[in-house]
Amino acid sequence: MSATDTENDGGRAAGPSPADRRAATRRRLKRIGGVFLSLALTMLGLLLVTFIIGRVMPIDPVLKVVGDRATQAQYDAAYVAMGLDQPLYVQFIRYIGDVLTGDFGRSISTGQLVINDIKRVFPATVELATLGTLIGVLIGVPLGVIAAANRGGWVDQVARVVALIGYSMPIFWLGLMGLLIFYGILGWVGGPGRQDIIYSGMVPTVTGLLMVDSLIAGDWGAFKDAFSHIILPASLLGYFSLAYISRMTRSFMLEQLSAEYITTARVKGLSERGVIWRHAFRNISIPLITVIALSFGSLLEGSVLTEIIFSWPGLGQYVTKALLAGDMNAVLGGTIVIGTCFVGLNLLSDLLYRVLDPRSK
Amino acid sequence: MSDVQYQSRRDWLLTDAPQTRRQARLGAIYQGWLTFRANKLAMFGLVILILLIVMAIFAPLLAPYSPFSQDLTNRLQPPGAANWLGTDHLGRDIMSRLIHGSRITLFIVGTVALIAPIIGLFVGTVAGFAGGWVDQVLMRITDIFLAFPKLILALAFVAALGAGIGNAVLALAITAWPPYARLARAETLTIRNADFIAAARLQGAGPMRLLIGHIWPLCISSLIVRVALDMAGIILSAAGLGFLGLGAQPPMPEWGAMISDGRTYILDFWWVAAMPGLAIFIVSLAFNLLGDGLRDVLDPKGAKE
Amino acid sequence: MNKLLNTRAILLASALAIAPAAYAETPADVLVVAHTIDDIISLDPAQSFEFSGNDVSNNTYDRLVDFDPLDLDKGFQPSLAESWEVSEDGLSITFTMREGVTFHSGNPVRAEDAAWSLQRAVKLDKTPAFILTQFGFTADNVEQKITFEGNTLTLTMDKPYAPSFVLNCLTANIASVVDKELVMQHVEGEDMGNTWLSNNDAGSGAYVLASWTPNEAVQLTAYEDYFQGAPAMKRVIVKNVQESSAQRLQLEAGDIDVARNLTPTDVEAVSASEGIKIQDEPRGRILYMGLNQKDEVLSNPAVIEAMKYLVNYQGIADSFLKGQFMVHQSFLPSGYLGALDEMPWTYDVEKAKALIEEAGMSGKTITTKVRDLREYVDVAQALQASMAEAGLTLNIEQMTGAQVLDAYRAREVPIFLGEWGPDYSDPNTNAATFAYNPDNSDEANATGLLAWRNAYAVPQAMGDATVAATLEQDGDTRATMYQDIQRQYQAEAPIVPLFQRIEPTGLREGVENWQSGKTVTSVIYRAVTKGE
Repeated sequence: MSATDTENDGGRAAGPSPADRRAATRRRLKRIGGVFLSLALTMLGLLLVTFIIGRVMPIDPVLKVVGDRATQAQYDAAYVAMGLDQPLYVQFIRYIGDVLTGDFGRSISTGQLVINDIKRVFPATVELATLGTLIGVLIGVPLGVIAAANRGGWVDQVARVVALIGYSMPIFWLGLMGLLIFYGILGWVGGPGRQDIIYSGMVPTVTGLLMVDSLIAGDWGAFKDAFSHIILPASLLGYFSLAYISRMTRSFMLEQLSAEYITTARVKGLSERGVIWRHAFRNISIPLITVIALSFGSLLEGSVLTEIIFSWPGLGQYVTKALLAGDMNAVLGGTIVIGTCFVGLNLLSDLLYRVLDPRSK
Repeated sequence: MSDVQYQSRRDWLLTDAPQTRRQARLGAIYQGWLTFRANKLAMFGLVILILLIVMAIFAPLLAPYSPFSQDLTNRLQPPGAANWLGTDHLGRDIMSRLIHGSRITLFIVGTVALIAPIIGLFVGTVAGFAGGWVDQVLMRITDIFLAFPKLILALAFVAALGAGIGNAVLALAITAWPPYARLARAETLTIRNADFIAAARLQGAGPMRLLIGHIWPLCISSLIVRVALDMAGIILSAAGLGFLGLGAQPPMPEWGAMISDGRTYILDFWWVAAMPGLAIFIVSLAFNLLGDGLRDVLDPKGAKE
Repeated sequence: MNKLLNTRAILLASALAIAPAAYAETPADVLVVAHTIDDIISLDPAQSFEFSGNDVSNNTYDRLVDFDPLDLDKGFQPSLAESWEVSEDGLSITFTMREGVTFHSGNPVRAEDAAWSLQRAVKLDKTPAFILTQFGFTADNVEQKITFEGNTLTLTMDKPYAPSFVLNCLTANIASVVDKELVMQHVEGEDMGNTWLSNNDAGSGAYVLASWTPNEAVQLTAYEDYFQGAPAMKRVIVKNVQESSAQRLQLEAGDIDVARNLTPTDVEAVSASEGIKIQDEPRGRILYMGLNQKDEVLSNPAVIEAMKYLVNYQGIADSFLKGQFMVHQSFLPSGYLGALDEMPWTYDVEKAKALIEEAGMSGKTITTKVRDLREYVDVAQALQASMAEAGLTLNIEQMTGAQVLDAYRAREVPIFLGEWGPDYSDPNTNAATFAYNPDNSDEANATGLLAWRNAYAVPQAMGDATVAATLEQDGDTRATMYQDIQRQYQAEAPIVPLFQRIEPTGLREGVENWQSGKTVTSVIYRAVTKGE
């Protein structure tokens, strides 16, 4: 952003009056303000929809708190304590006010502050999503590039089949089978959960990412253990993002390879490898980053089914469980995190476009 | 002119100089079909889907047993002569359930694939065409729905409306439309200021007519590609809902629910979960192959060099 | 720059220093348990009422009377109270406290702590408070009714209840003795330490709460100064593992010592594996079928009788519920005082069909809601099939537990299939809900009573008998009274007990003296040992 701005200003540096400058700044501020306003509106809308869903859902959160055996008096006391006796709009305004002061309320299904719950579950999801995306990128991008370079050849066909199978597998089934084979029969990977019990609580929490924390603590054994637990679910998620990323890379590359400048480069006698990697690939990096960001974002939502099957204490599982228990504070908290991630990633890829793509100026 | 009579129909379709608009249009479709047919994988997908439809239509004739009849003494039998794909935990014939389940799968996919793109098309084209605050409002709403985690939104709707196949379809449609709206809006923006639209406007066409008569037809081909590619995702999401017990209700043989049934037996009686898993896999693979082939034919950007 | 170097140095050092460590089994003094523990909301014994919460509190706290983990059938035994005496008029019980017992904090356990704990539970009035308040204690009078003097504690009740009834209730978690001095340091406003105790322990039990991570794990460490001797297992780790198949794989791999949620097929499979044994314990939960009397079809006496013939009791118990449930047709679980083992009903579709036709109910349709738990849905599907044969159509809607419960409490579930777990180890816990419903009107809103939820107007005589049984001082007579009530119940009630829960626990070979708590209490870890 800043690079573009100085360039713009530099271009006009010859003679703009201070007034012009101020106007330009004002315009820019206004645009940034507009972006933030629309972001805020999106988040508010997101929360409102969630809030309404929570209220029309035929699940009684009070019952979850006081339990089946509660007397009417106990029930009523909890009902009032949770603020449910207030009109809906009052509840909503109160909630927004609380959120703005950093108070996300208390979850009724864990009895903890929502903010603490999220601090615990979100890193688990981030760790899984990051490794999954990493696998997807490291394999998917070269696969897509090679497939595009050999269009119609056997690599292309294999890449297509690999990707389409990735799109077509029910992940919960694949997860169960993977667990059975690689953990149950072969014993190559760790079982469900984030670490062996022997290591639980051994590594002090710094980032919440177990692999990072164990490195910080210098505990190589804990690192290996965490890795052995994450590798299977991350590979599964990685396979799905691989499928998506390789297909997108392929079609971006095809578009570039048919462009005129490539023909020119070829005519000039550049090696095929140079043409593909140095020219075509460099040009697809911007849309590719968007694709990767989107794929990362969808994994950050927490892959509910994968988390359930691998007993992975992540955000997806947390929100799903909360939803089915009518635990709206937890659901709303989770929605804020997921919504922020989505909006943030979108904003980031927009910015990258503006900064990196010469055409968008 | 007189040559025309002796031409084969093939040549007529493939001629470089079509005589009528109809001939040109049919010719383009035929050309597309030839491209599509050359794609073996796509043809494979098409054949599987045709088989699936046939299976769904003639399910009662094809299924060896009733999909509901239980036999507790004959439960969890491995695939064999009597039950080709084995029996489940209540002694029901898995093959018969899979065959009847194809109807549910087709119903879900068909309905969602009809509802979601239409909502998306409507919202997207109106937003793109109208511009201004209408665009702003509609796109904010689209963003809100996009920012929701899909499965969780579907879960919330099903939980709010009550579990059942109809509500599951509705929930899936509600989560599936925003990308179509984005797509349709982008297409609309590129053609909104085209000359032929201006021409039509000069001829006195109202906004509704422009939208339906000129803009929608141009958006449809890219939407179709997108739908074909999304079908598999819809099947998998529906199966996911069924897996969580929020889709089709027992004893309906919905494939996802069947996997969920078999989940507890997966280590010792693998076929109970594996057979419906395989069925879902084959059908969504078929849809993906078909969609991939269709994209080569219909998507002007992706395929042609 | 400096920072970067540091990180690299650490990376290098750790890579070189630590050799790969493979743990084929858990350490000898650590017990690792896999269980679904996502139901814990609070660990305050005055509030906790979930199975997994009770599993924790049962080990971190002691009560005046407790069970012996090596022999639960002996019933309640002296624990923090050394002895007790019932007054002449039966209205009060005086306990003498054991000397020399200390809390985890090091504070001595006094009669004052015990009295304060019970008063606190009554005043906080959380869900399980009824276990104590049914003896006439209220927030206003409890300081007069529960008193201490020196090392004695006296409870004064409103009626001369059966002493076994009172003492059984005092084995419940809500009667746990908490460390008054410690809790008083953590009081926030009027909460009497509730917020703090939700995440912390202030008990004197054999284990100290080391940590609780919701939906993940509970860790306990041994209390070395425990008054009955320090436990052999120095650490107990309970890990939340949802899937039975995952628990099984971990048990087979030796990553865990105990698997508590194995499905029948997994039980069958692991019992064949080397180094693993299965321990079956009957639990208190009863799976029953409630026929809502507001439903026009289900309130027909002939249909009520027919429905009892439409459950394939043995077929179900031998197939998909095998090893998890046993056939049990009366409302007191076996193992309770006054339990009845008679099984008057059998599976007989023809007879049911005849009954239904005679009543002119053939062809009717019933739509019911079932919780989306495997067991319940399977039982519902089996019932659906046999009802179809007998001429009735049953539609099933699957829902989450919370949704079904909401509808059930609003009397809107026509055929309820689900479980009831006793709240305390006395027969009154079930009798008072199955066979007691003084006011069947909607306005009564007695949502706690199963009879009310099914709109079953319990006959006056049966209700009276239920009350009378709580006052009977003689144990044997009391047992006979409960058996008579259950026989009458079997003959006419529209609430039909079907099965009793059996809990199979998968254990590594060396694990001895595992105690899940049977019908009467929760898990007890302190007797567990691990040999070779």
